[in-house]
Amino acid sequence: MCLGIPGQIIAITDPARLMAMADVSGVRREVNIACIADGPLEALIGEWALIHVGFAMSRIDADEAAKTLDALHDLGEAQEALEAMAAGQAALEMQR
Amino acid sequence: MKYVTEFRDPKAAKSLLAAIAQTADKIGVTRAKPLHIMEICGGHTHAIFRYGLDKLVHEGVEFIHGPGCPVCVLPMSRIDECVEIARQPGVIFTTFGDAMRVPGHKQSLLQAKAAGADIRMVYSPLDALELARRNPDREVVFFGLGFETTTPSTALSIQAAAREGLTNFSIFCNHITVPEPIKALLDDPDMVLDGFIGPGHVSMVIGTHPYDFIARDYHKPIVVAGFEPLDLLQSVLMVLTQIAERRAEVENQYARVVPEHGNPVSLAAIDDVYEKRPSFEWRGLGEIDASGLRIRPKYAAFDSEEKFCIGYAAGPRHFEEPEGCACGAVMTGRIKPTACPQFGRGCTPEMPLGALMVSSEGACAAYWQYGGARAAAE
Ligand code: SF4
Repeated sequence: MCLGIPGQIIAITDPARLMAMADVSGVRREVNIACIADGPLEALIGEWALIHVGFAMSRIDADEAAKTLDALHDLGEAQEALEAMAAGQAALEMQR
Repeated sequence: MKYVTEFRDPKAAKSLLAAIAQTADKIGVTRAKPLHIMEICGGHTHAIFRYGLDKLVHEGVEFIHGPGCPVCVLPMSRIDECVEIARQPGVIFTTFGDAMRVPGHKQSLLQAKAAGADIRMVYSPLDALELARRNPDREVVFFGLGFETTTPSTALSIQAAAREGLTNFSIFCNHITVPEPIKALLDDPDMVLDGFIGPGHVSMVIGTHPYDFIARDYHKPIVVAGFEPLDLLQSVLMVLTQIAERRAEVENQYARVVPEHGNPVSLAAIDDVYEKRPSFEWRGLGEIDASGLRIRPKYAAFDSEEKFCIGYAAGPRHFEEPEGCACGAVMTGRIKPTACPQFGRGCTPEMPLGALMVSSEGACAAYWQYGGARAAAE
């Protein structure tokens, strides 16, 4: 929960709410980009960011993203983050 | 634990280890008289064990594991309050998965869920927000916890809920801050700390200046570090070099991610939504002045403590921790997890007594996962 995971911004989904689609290790997840939106939103497409509990917190370069992902995989934290994303999706769909 | 040859860059690791050894010898530290370097962040604790850095560095360098795992420092009574909220009719209680198995006095959230409460694991407060939009007839509560890295996410979520006029969304706020407990540890005469490895992702939000007091008032070095093994080794070397040169400064090893002044958008959102509590209870550390955040009155409609009149909103509090658990001493680095009488007996990852055994960032879980064999041999 405390470590961010790198993701690549692939599309802006809701400019008003500052939401974008990110690719996180092959999983697509909508993330908030308020903290990295310091210019035109389109310019963020293709950029890498450190994503923390659904919020893109800091822009990083592709090399840093690769190194960080490596370390996260080693620590088992990448898997944990991806499982948490899946759990979040399941929580939305749960009916009771 | 890994061997240096498995590191991403074994050559760089070897030369850093050699430089650390050389500097440690220059300072004159030994296994019997070591330097105590505290890594504050639980992510660092996890990485140190995963890579066996504590065994690779010069024997005169000892890592003291700090209170930087937000789940581990939660008092049991806060979990009790979560369970109480979750059991109210109509409530959907959402939480990060890390908190599910943390024991309360009677139940963990996982046990409360099994007993029928609608408790859901989510990845982000954004998921909780979406649940509130989709379920206007239900009350959606998010268990907000974490240091400054997670605080912006709940602050921005509350701002979004306010903008949209949602009336069925609130946050049970347990956010805590990093600098205050460090100050409490530095003020503790029993603690002997020679330097700090500062948290990377927290600092990405707050920058490096909140640590200035450590160098200025306490004359201890602190180096903000990334969490790859080479980052950590380099940071240890930077701390040692400061000590050898009799300097005490805030240095930033992780400048590629951590800006000196932090992230302005995050800081503005935190400031808009939160204010400091006069004090906040930490498991094992007791009440620490100004170490926790609460939701400002203007956002009271999104504050679960106000909505359910619970926790600090319900008046004075008193806490008891279970008997025989040494969580406090472990949390402050006074003893190693293996010295806790419950370690591996009354307390295992399957049947945890303390949260330090639950989260992968907790020192006890890290010892258990990576150090079981090592501990047995010691
Ligand atoms: S072994 Fe369990 S009871 Fe002992 S300090 Fe660790 S978490 Fe607490």
